[in-house]
Amino acid sequence: MKEEFNIISNLIEENTRVLDVGCGNGDLMKFLQENKTKDIRGLEISKEKVQNCLSKGLTVIEGNAESDLKQFPKSSFDYVILSQTLQAFLNPELVINELLKVGKKVIVTIPNFGYWRVRLQLLFKGTMPVTENLPHEWYNTPNLHMCTIKDFYNFCSSKNIKIFKSIALKKSRISEINKSNLNYKNLDSHLGIFLIES
Amino acid sequence: MNKNIDTKKIIISNPLRLDCGKEINNFPIAYETYGELNSEKSNAILVFHALTGDQYVSGKNPITNKDGWWSYVVGENKPIDTNKFFVICANVIGGCMGSYGPSTINESTGKQIGTDFPIITINDMVNAQYELIKYLEIEKLFAVVGGSMGGMQVLQFVANFPDKAKLAIPIACTSSHSAQNIAFNELGRQAIMADSKWENGFYSNYKLNPDKGLAVARMAAHITYLSEKGLQEKFGRKLQDRDSLRYGFEADFQIESYLRYQGSVFVDRFDANSYLYITRAMDYFDLSKQYKGNLSDAFKETKTKFFVISFTSDWLYPTSENREIVIALNSIGADVGFVEIESDKGHDSFLLDVPSFLKTLGDYINSTYKVINERRI
Repeated sequence: MKEEFNIISNLIEENTRVLDVGCGNGDLMKFLQENKTKDIRGLEISKEKVQNCLSKGLTVIEGNAESDLKQFPKSSFDYVILSQTLQAFLNPELVINELLKVGKKVIVTIPNFGYWRVRLQLLFKGTMPVTENLPHEWYNTPNLHMCTIKDFYNFCSSKNIKIFKSIALKKSRISEINKSNLNYKNLDSHLGIFLIES
Repeated sequence: MNKNIDTKKIIISNPLRLDCGKEINNFPIAYETYGELNSEKSNAILVFHALTGDQYVSGKNPITNKDGWWSYVVGENKPIDTNKFFVICANVIGGCMGSYGPSTINESTGKQIGTDFPIITINDMVNAQYELIKYLEIEKLFAVVGGSMGGMQVLQFVANFPDKAKLAIPIACTSSHSAQNIAFNELGRQAIMADSKWENGFYSNYKLNPDKGLAVARMAAHITYLSEKGLQEKFGRKLQDRDSLRYGFEADFQIESYLRYQGSVFVDRFDANSYLYITRAMDYFDLSKQYKGNLSDAFKETKTKFFVISFTSDWLYPTSENREIVIALNSIGADVGFVEIESDKGHDSFLLDVPSFLKTLGDYINSTYKVINERRI
């Protein structure tokens, strides 16, 4: 978690305006507030988590990214962050489009379904993968649209979304993703972090 | 009512031009304060009361001898902690707890003003209370807070005085009174005016009081403050002090008895004409109309931080209407937080012991106070 926060923080310029979509209990917001910018908002669907954030004095709105991002004007944030949440939406494509409208830049992090540990589980056990990063069983997972680093990379190219930076994370090891190492990174990383722009 | 209340009061000498076109001056504003104002004058919170509220937010209300109307929220070690904050609350103009209203005695006639009192609006109420803030020499409030009609005043206050509050917390309210809300208010007003003792509003001249009408108005309104689920769970079809139906029109059911009681205690503390004037002010409230249909424009000038709160079972000021305020604020990039609190207690939730509401509100106010103070240092 800490590694992911550091990477996200490094992608963000100081004193910019940030929206964290699916901000949970506000841990990333707090982290960024201490390290990067005071001007940070959150959007979260769970009442309980929204209340936790508000209790910490964080500016968070209870709402659903699929319907409530519309209320923000175009390019009203310098960065919009979607941390490990894309797979939980009914319509991820719509959400990405909304994020790209609201934010000048968008940071998306993806739990990589192409990670070899995940692949091996399906290959050898023949069951849906359950890992540290994806701890749910198939019948109770909130993750509706799992994808791999490669899937997201290809998605961006096919939709003409510019990738400014793409970073792979394995445990605490950080590396850049590019076209030539894509297949390898897709196999050897548990998390992909993308900085994109429409 | 205005019966020999020993209350804090100031006389506003500046003329105040009302929305109806009339001008008032040398009029009283009754208020109460709790806690101490710090030396930097940075800990003041102005609380706005709702339709039937008054300045007695906390502690014992000297008129009713009951707890202040927001005792769950304001007081020592409460969410708005009076050990820390200086809390101010004024009776609205049009009210009957010492501020200028229809039961104020007209000195030239020695009689109550009655329905000669001018029609007032939420805007007028807020402008009058701003005079109190000036009198108390508070340059900038830490927060303005209120629920229901109090929330409408919060919105109007920030629109009128964009740099006078650091934080605004409108709770369970709306930016524009809906047809349903106007309808319920009209029902209450008609009940009062249909009472033969109303005498066109000059009942006090005849030593009369339209008790029956006012009680019916209160009973009808009270239903709108609760939720269907809350009513069903609390009362269901339970009978009142009897084992079987009496085949008559007495209060067989507990809910009937409860409403009759609510009506009867209300008439002892509230003036019927004030009820007419204040409900009218609520009906006239349409903040977006004041800004040519664009609610966002009401807040364009402000850097005030907002925290909007609604309740799941509030059907009088539903979440959708509270959310419209949030949307308007977001569309201009204002700093706004929002949560809908889970509660079965209907619109009244903001006045009652709803732990997640009290905790979130208290924590938010305290951590925001800390952050704002740290920033200043």
